[in-house]
Amino acid sequence: MAKTHVSTTINGEPVEFLCDASQTMLDVLRDQLGLTGSKEGCGSGDCGACSVTLDNRLVCSCLILAPEADGHHIQTIEGMAQGDQLHPLQKKFVELAALQCGICTPGFLVASKALLDRNPNPTETEVRYWLAGNLCRCTGYDKIIRAVMEVAADMREAAR
Amino acid sequence: MNEVRYTAPHTLDEAVSALAAANGTGRILAGGTDLLVQMKAGMVSPGVIVDVKKITEMTTIDEKGGSFRVGAAVSGAVIGEHAGLRKAWPGVVEAVNLIGSKQIQGRASAGGNLCNASPAADSVPALVAAGAIVTVHGPKGRREVPVEKIHAGPGRTTLERGEIVVSFTLPARPPGSSDAYLRLIPRTEMDIAVVGCGVSLTLQGGTCTSARVSLGAVAPTVLLVEDAAKALIGSRLDDKALEAAAAACRAVCKPIDDKRGTIVYRTKIAGVLLKRATAIAAERAGGR
Repeated sequence: MAKTHVSTTINGEPVEFLCDASQTMLDVLRDQLGLTGSKEGCGSGDCGACSVTLDNRLVCSCLILAPEADGHHIQTIEGMAQGDQLHPLQKKFVELAALQCGICTPGFLVASKALLDRNPNPTETEVRYWLAGNLCRCTGYDKIIRAVMEVAADMREAAR
Repeated sequence: MNEVRYTAPHTLDEAVSALAAANGTGRILAGGTDLLVQMKAGMVSPGVIVDVKKITEMTTIDEKGGSFRVGAAVSGAVIGEHAGLRKAWPGVVEAVNLIGSKQIQGRASAGGNLCNASPAADSVPALVAAGAIVTVHGPKGRREVPVEKIHAGPGRTTLERGEIVVSFTLPARPPGSSDAYLRLIPRTEMDIAVVGCGVSLTLQGGTCTSARVSLGAVAPTVLLVEDAAKALIGSRLDDKALEAAAAACRAVCKPIDDKRGTIVYRTKIAGVLLKRATAIAAERAGGR
């Protein structure tokens, strides 16, 4: 069957690809475009390891059909650092060891950035609810929550 | 997954034609948070996927004279950010926003939640309590249906082949009105309702002048509980009226027994949630 041609924007760059109608955006990101930062955990929208933003909206890329991306903007973990300069969230996750095996980390970072972009001053409860769709089996979450809270405070300070 | 064709029409008539041409193998894609999971699990294998998110009527929210029309494919996140809806229908908004995680909220829609036809669908009891009218577009044209008439049983609807749920209309209502939705889950988030309860009411001078009550997850379909509403209407929401309404809720429960809740537990909780949701709706309506 004929492939579907998709024109999209990924991390600010125009990208075109051919895909099958039933391929997920996660499959295309990882297997065709070489953007392997987004992970597949459950493949059913429960774990958040594949989190990306679609037109600035946090979503699971495993639950998006690749043809749906046509004409839209996708932001992945690969677009978070500016060259060699890590995003403050990335730096803080390293500093506070807010990760162990790292499989969930790209999803947590993308989700946390989506939160702070909307709400620079979240309460701990808001952070915990916002990140409820990201599962981590290593850290017990506490370091992740603390990292996000500290970055939020740092970014507010820097913006003064 | 098998070979599938994907189409994203700009009009409802094109979408209806695409579904008709698919001869029963077409599936509607809104947020995809049920459809893609079902495809991956092999539960469905559509020949054609009709993405409805380019149809303006299905992806927008309008207000006219206090009445809201919410496109069936509008995501939970967009509904949650709509100031007018939050003010007028906080119960509907909180129910929609309980579905899944933030990631799921970015895509999942009330139309999808309705058509997936889970008896535990969170948005449905709130929409039933709200008296929402569903606009359906199909091969025979358009019709308007009260939302409580859509569910036929777990995973089954009264929609005819090729029909599309286009939008929900939430009626205008007098000052002193509000609504609330509560669900019981064993966890604190990201779970399926053991019982859900939606209450919408109007208070005038402390007396309840109109009410609608709905229960989820206690029967094969979401229920409109008219006897509970009758017990509230005309009362000042005193303990006696609340207990009568709770008893009416318990009386209509025909739940399943499963690992998340026994029949006895779900039935008891239906009455408890009725009282709590009524108290929240009354407070929002300015009556307490």
